[in-house]
Amino acid sequence: MIMFGIPVVQLLLFGYALTNDIKNAPISILDHSKDEMSRQLTQKILSSGYFVLVENLEDDKSIELSFKSGNIKQVIIFEQDFAAKIKRDGSASIQVLSDASDPNTARILTNYITGIVGNFQNELMRDTKLPIEIIPEIKMMYNDEMKSVFMFVPGVITILLLLISAMMTSISIAREKEMGTMEVLLVSPLRPIQIILGKVLPYVLLAFSLAIVILVLGYFVFDVPVRGSLVLLLFYSIVYIVLSLSLGIFISSIVDSQQSAMLISMIALLLPTIMLSGFIFPIENMPWPLQWFSNIIPAKWFIIVIRGVMLKAIGIGILWKETLILFLMIAFFIGLSVKKFKIRLE
Amino acid sequence: MRTILFILRKEFLQIFRNKTMLPMIFLLPVIQLLILANAATFEMKNIRTCIVDMDNSTASRELISKFKGSPFYTIVDYSFNYSDAEESIREGVSDLIIEIPTGFERDLHIDKTAQLGLVADAINSTTASLAYAYSSAIIKDYNLEIVTKVIGKEVKQPIDVRYSYWYNPELDYITYMVPGILVLLVSMIGIFLSSMNVVREKEIGTIEQLNVTPIKKYQFIAGKLLPFWIIAMFELAFGLVIAKMFFSIPIVGSLGLIFGIAAIYMVVVLSLGLIVSTISDTMQQSMFVSFFFMIIFILMSGLFTAIESMPLWAQKINIINPIAYFIKIIRMVMLKGSGFQDVLQPFLALVVYSIVALSFAVWRYRKVA
Repeated sequence: MIMFGIPVVQLLLFGYALTNDIKNAPISILDHSKDEMSRQLTQKILSSGYFVLVENLEDDKSIELSFKSGNIKQVIIFEQDFAAKIKRDGSASIQVLSDASDPNTARILTNYITGIVGNFQNELMRDTKLPIEIIPEIKMMYNDEMKSVFMFVPGVITILLLLISAMMTSISIAREKEMGTMEVLLVSPLRPIQIILGKVLPYVLLAFSLAIVILVLGYFVFDVPVRGSLVLLLFYSIVYIVLSLSLGIFISSIVDSQQSAMLISMIALLLPTIMLSGFIFPIENMPWPLQWFSNIIPAKWFIIVIRGVMLKAIGIGILWKETLILFLMIAFFIGLSVKKFKIRLE
Repeated sequence: MRTILFILRKEFLQIFRNKTMLPMIFLLPVIQLLILANAATFEMKNIRTCIVDMDNSTASRELISKFKGSPFYTIVDYSFNYSDAEESIREGVSDLIIEIPTGFERDLHIDKTAQLGLVADAINSTTASLAYAYSSAIIKDYNLEIVTKVIGKEVKQPIDVRYSYWYNPELDYITYMVPGILVLLVSMIGIFLSSMNVVREKEIGTIEQLNVTPIKKYQFIAGKLLPFWIIAMFELAFGLVIAKMFFSIPIVGSLGLIFGIAAIYMVVVLSLGLIVSTISDTMQQSMFVSFFFMIIFILMSGLFTAIESMPLWAQKINIINPIAYFIKIIRMVMLKGSGFQDVLQPFLALVVYSIVALSFAVWRYRKVA
């Protein structure tokens, strides 16, 4: 029950709660001029839906205070005689102070403000329009509504499959070792390969049905389409599950207690998988040693493949390199653990 | 008191005798901090761009050279055919196509308006919108440049917007991420050690031996909490040193405040771990439960995505998320130099939380098997 509950709850949570777009950012406004034009622009900014006014500041001193107490993301300052200066000199200035201790939010909010002020300016200059204009036409491929779930559904599948397969197998084998029941299995006439197959098959089935649950949820609740071939997608899921399982077996062959198995899975698998797989942070932006290192993370290759098949509708023709890498990784880990698997106890 | 000391001694002996665990507890977080801090960036330094210039005129070449000159773009391909360019997005070779149609220059001079296409791979919507914002800024600059050339004098924008970025003027992500990752690692180590502890004794059977001793419930819990608390605080100190030395993260606020709050925060985390541990029967179970909560807590904590942009009900869930409180506090204190007054509210929340969690852990632990 828990096994199915967890991914469902997580997907729902992530799908709804984790967005990278920012809405209702709390801001303060310090309006030194309080005239018609500054009020109009304030109105424009607040009605955009991106910002919520928390307080109207009265003087410069209170800026620092409102940043430090933590809740304000931006302070917008209108200089004195804003409207008058625009009429007289043709230009007046606004200062936008951002709390850049969160650089991502600061950058995005700055972009919003630029856009809003730009529109406001265009309205002001309706009569004196720019004599020459380049109009960019935008097309957002594969995700024209710019939804974050498009990124999270493949990502959550990747992480859950890895965790369930790798962690569960490594721990269940380590458990047999710790409890001493491994001995019973070893003296039985079963061959090592049979023992391992028997151990992993239930997890293969479990992980596979989970993948399907997540896909169905993604499709019906979040409208994340499967644009490519479903068969291919399921095929890749199985490949990836087998890869995670062989990783799990490999881990269990080098540790001797459940505790170490769990610690390795958690620290060596979970965090790197979230952060170095391109699930949230694009790999191209990382410094080159990390880009290079990310190549040994199985999840990176699976994310490329699953995004390709689900969202870009591409096939094995383009993805042959990633497919090959996934298979090589399977061979590598299975080979290694067969070599390390001992029939005899020490 | 003496009894607690004995339990402490036993726990430390167990921790330091475990030769696989020890390096993991101390080394892995360090490596992780070094690696992950560098990985967590949304900064687009490297928008892989494919250019389709069908016009091949002075204007189009000027515009392209603007993109080439920008540090944000890496031109990966020139193509004379739009569908080839789209193929390169499909294959994941490029992130952005800039398409300049035939007659771009002519339209610009004769019709006074010209169009061009920006096509972005929007699977990651954040990076796509950033790429779009950068590109339109470059195009706008170029636009103003031509206007200036045609009119012969500089065009003044009526509103001049000046930006300044406080606390992190270079918009450096590492500065932002390191305090958060530090919290994450300390919490993971803490929750892991404590949630596996009691249940391990149960599974091995040694809990019976402890149960028949005259140890009091609170002594037992204190003896179980303290060793991990010490390890976690030590790791926090260690991590802060690394943050300072390798990443030169500014520590604007008071170190004492950070440690004081961390001390309470760790009580919350460890008590939660112990609760999980006393409730579960097997290590597998306890691990699963703690994993479940950890992943939710981590992803909702504001470490990766801003809490403000979550829907209201999700922000409500964060009331029971200790990681969210501590990440908020440590960022405020380290980066902005906020004082005790500023973090009072999350601090009080943590205090209440620690009392509730600790008493629940003591109450839930039964000496009967």
